[in-house]
Amino acid sequence: MIIVLLLVLPLLASLLLFTGKLGKHSRDFALIASLVEFAVALVAGYAFTFADNKILNLSLNLKQLLDIDIIIYIDSISLIMVMLTSLLIPIIIASNNNREVRNHNFYALILLMQMALIGVFTASEMILFYIFWELALMPVFLITAIWGGENRKKISVKFLIYTVVGSFAMLIAILYLYTLTTPHSFSFESFYQLKLPYAVQVPVFLAFFLAFAIKIPLFPFHSWQAETYNVSPVQGSMLLAGIMLKMGLYGIIRFILPICPDVVAGGSLIFLPLILFGVIYGAIIAIRQPKLKKMIAFVSLSHVGIIALGLLSNNHYGIEGAILQMFSHGVNVVGFFLCYQMIVIRTGTDIISDLGGIASAAPRFATIFLIIVLANVALPFTNSFVGEFLILLGLFQSNVYIGVIAGLTIILGAVYMLKMYQQVMYGPQTIATQKFADLTTGEILLFVPIIICIFWVGISPSFVLQMLQSAVN
Amino acid sequence: MYAIITISIVALIVLFFGAIQKKAPLLPIIYVGLPLAFLLHLLEWNKNIHYYNEMYIADNFSIAFNGVLIFTTLLVFIFAPVYYKPVTRPLEDIYALILFALVGGLIMTGFGNLLMLFVGIETLSLSLYILAGSKKFDPNSNEAAMKYFLTGSFASGFLLFGIALLYGASGSMNLEEIKQYVILHQANMPGMLTIGLLLVAIGMAFKIGAAPFHFWAPDVYEGSPTLITTFMATVGKVAAIAAFFRLMQSSFGDVESIWKVTLTIFAIATILIGNLSAFYQDNVKRMFAYSGIAHAGYMLIAIIALKQEASGVLLLYSISYTIATITAFAVLILVREETGTFSIKAFNGLSKHNPTEAFAMTIAMLSLAGIPPLVGFAAKYNLFVSAIEQGNLPLVIVAIIGSMISVYYYIRPVIAMYANEPSATSAIDSSSNYKKQIILAAFLMIVLGLIPGVIVNLI
Repeated sequence: MIIVLLLVLPLLASLLLFTGKLGKHSRDFALIASLVEFAVALVAGYAFTFADNKILNLSLNLKQLLDIDIIIYIDSISLIMVMLTSLLIPIIIASNNNREVRNHNFYALILLMQMALIGVFTASEMILFYIFWELALMPVFLITAIWGGENRKKISVKFLIYTVVGSFAMLIAILYLYTLTTPHSFSFESFYQLKLPYAVQVPVFLAFFLAFAIKIPLFPFHSWQAETYNVSPVQGSMLLAGIMLKMGLYGIIRFILPICPDVVAGGSLIFLPLILFGVIYGAIIAIRQPKLKKMIAFVSLSHVGIIALGLLSNNHYGIEGAILQMFSHGVNVVGFFLCYQMIVIRTGTDIISDLGGIASAAPRFATIFLIIVLANVALPFTNSFVGEFLILLGLFQSNVYIGVIAGLTIILGAVYMLKMYQQVMYGPQTIATQKFADLTTGEILLFVPIIICIFWVGISPSFVLQMLQSAVN
Repeated sequence: MYAIITISIVALIVLFFGAIQKKAPLLPIIYVGLPLAFLLHLLEWNKNIHYYNEMYIADNFSIAFNGVLIFTTLLVFIFAPVYYKPVTRPLEDIYALILFALVGGLIMTGFGNLLMLFVGIETLSLSLYILAGSKKFDPNSNEAAMKYFLTGSFASGFLLFGIALLYGASGSMNLEEIKQYVILHQANMPGMLTIGLLLVAIGMAFKIGAAPFHFWAPDVYEGSPTLITTFMATVGKVAAIAAFFRLMQSSFGDVESIWKVTLTIFAIATILIGNLSAFYQDNVKRMFAYSGIAHAGYMLIAIIALKQEASGVLLLYSISYTIATITAFAVLILVREETGTFSIKAFNGLSKHNPTEAFAMTIAMLSLAGIPPLVGFAAKYNLFVSAIEQGNLPLVIVAIIGSMISVYYYIRPVIAMYANEPSATSAIDSSSNYKKQIILAAFLMIVLGLIPGVIVNLI
């Protein structure tokens, strides 16, 4: 039952917000609703840990009424993603302090998005999954199209077209696989039992890969990403980078790995180098990027590329590391966007060369920003270190050359992150940063959960990894 | 049968009140008469009654589709007072013609004899020819009526010729007897029957606006008065597709080989031409004409994937298409009232002044595009699954590519409403009454999207 609550709670809150009855209290209400949702997710996690077979599931046979069977299922991978979603949404809602322009619909869309995301991460029926997958697209598209910056129309439509093309490719693959199941069924179980010949696996792999590669995004399907992150309001970028792109990675785990194992094993020399090229490409552009928000976009492109490498490395260290890194990346990138927002609110600019000397004016902010930057660089004792280390270990075991080159990108990561930090925080103060006020207590509170996650996962990852081991096998 | 009689009587009463120049009772009579007709029709549910030597069959299929047609017409009448606000005369002719067209539609869904099919189609079409030209002093309206009449009567000719050939081959116009004949001569089908079926299919394809017989649709839809376009695009199309489905299912279900390839080509061409042409339209009304063509293509898939349960799928698709189209046209009428143009720019910033209408329009557009969890998605998904179970994967792939294209043009009004600055200075005035119907339609699209199984398993 707790799974139903996870899904229904944000939906109801979102519907209530859409009516506009709450007026000025919309933000507080949305925040409270998302905190309650987080508490429910914690209870679900607790129930999960003490469940007999480490699985929570719910199956309703409503074929007559709904035309689809509702099968919802939480295993450890789903649980991590649900935790990530319910942890980040309150932070995203609380970070919005632009009260005048963004009305109740803004928060309603965020909560609707949360419902859809949790649906994606828990559905265990193909059509249900697809419904949530598409539903998750609409809120973030509208957030970008309505509250975005310059050129928002063109860019949001571009984003929409990219993702819809991917989704429809996935739909074709789903329908095709459905014809192969006997008896016809859309449940994940029946899809996993298909033993496809190699010649069939290839087109199925390509269709799924197109959908997920666009969503993640992987090179060469990334061209919507930087623009969309740039034009979307910060909350929209957080939703996109923090949670939504994990949908693509999650899809790889759920579909590509179990349904097309031979392609993943045999074709690694074709797509791994391509993804690796995207990782390096993103890193190099990030080094040269003059605008902070665009830089975050390319950093993200580079980081998720590494996660995808781990998932497709065909090696259980790589997969475990990648799942852990999915969580860490979500936390880190939202932290990064928060720092970005603090800077933009105070200085009104996000051009790196216009900034400087913030550290002396705002020591608390400097410390927090440094922690987040170092977490992104994957310093030991931070969360990314564990994930990236495991991914690289997995890559080395499957292919030494790719492992070596992927390892080198860590150096590039240190270059762009530390270069940016140095330019923004040290050096002489500029006109923009002269009156940089330090963080208030409320703002520090926003960072607390993120920093806890950074160190907790960084110092004792075994808790999570143990949980993952059975699911990965 | 009761429905046909009741609605004919209502139409006559409307004409009578028009003749004595009483305006007030016209619409109330219709508002009461149409639901009453449907209730009487429901008495025949599950009874499968055959009237007059199987001329007319009241089975669940026809009752369900008649329900769609009657309620769609009711919605059209609800929007009528707003559309005809500047007109002072009673308008009994237009109302009565709409009702007679509806009667034609009701006959088409339940025909048991090819003659009744022709009678139904002609009743519907003749009324529509006049209605298309009912804006007497507007050259576009006249052009639409003329084009529709010329091409439409040509198509009727094809249809009639086809019926004659079918009769010549099988010796009967009764669907059941044709079916017996077809089963008997399955091995060597006479050429006369195949050609007759092809000609009938061409006539029907014209009526539903399927490519390559779709050329009349954009001009006629654009030129006709918008309320009539709404009626044409919903009732006209659904009645024709239901009739086509009935014909194929009851007589030619066993000889797929002689029509499957032709219809598949029709469907693929319709989906691609409809969607690709809609892509370039700046005039929203014309865009809906092409989108209607594309949806006719999707509905053809239900005929190609002919099976018993396909009728439920077709019903769901018809409902989803009708509700969304009516909502979109209702908002379009309002926008046009205010801005005087059908251009996409007319929608700029609508959400600022009229959030309700903008919301309903968004839901309608997303439903037409087939975005989950709205009813449009449920309909498309059911359609694709039933087609794919019959092994029509290439057709489904084309249909999915078509949907992909359609997302772009359906999203354009949404973008204009939410992201553009308003061009109109004042809010569009809409009576609160009208608002309720729009909200109800949007609500239906969401609810039916959540429980499509109810409709699919209905008949």
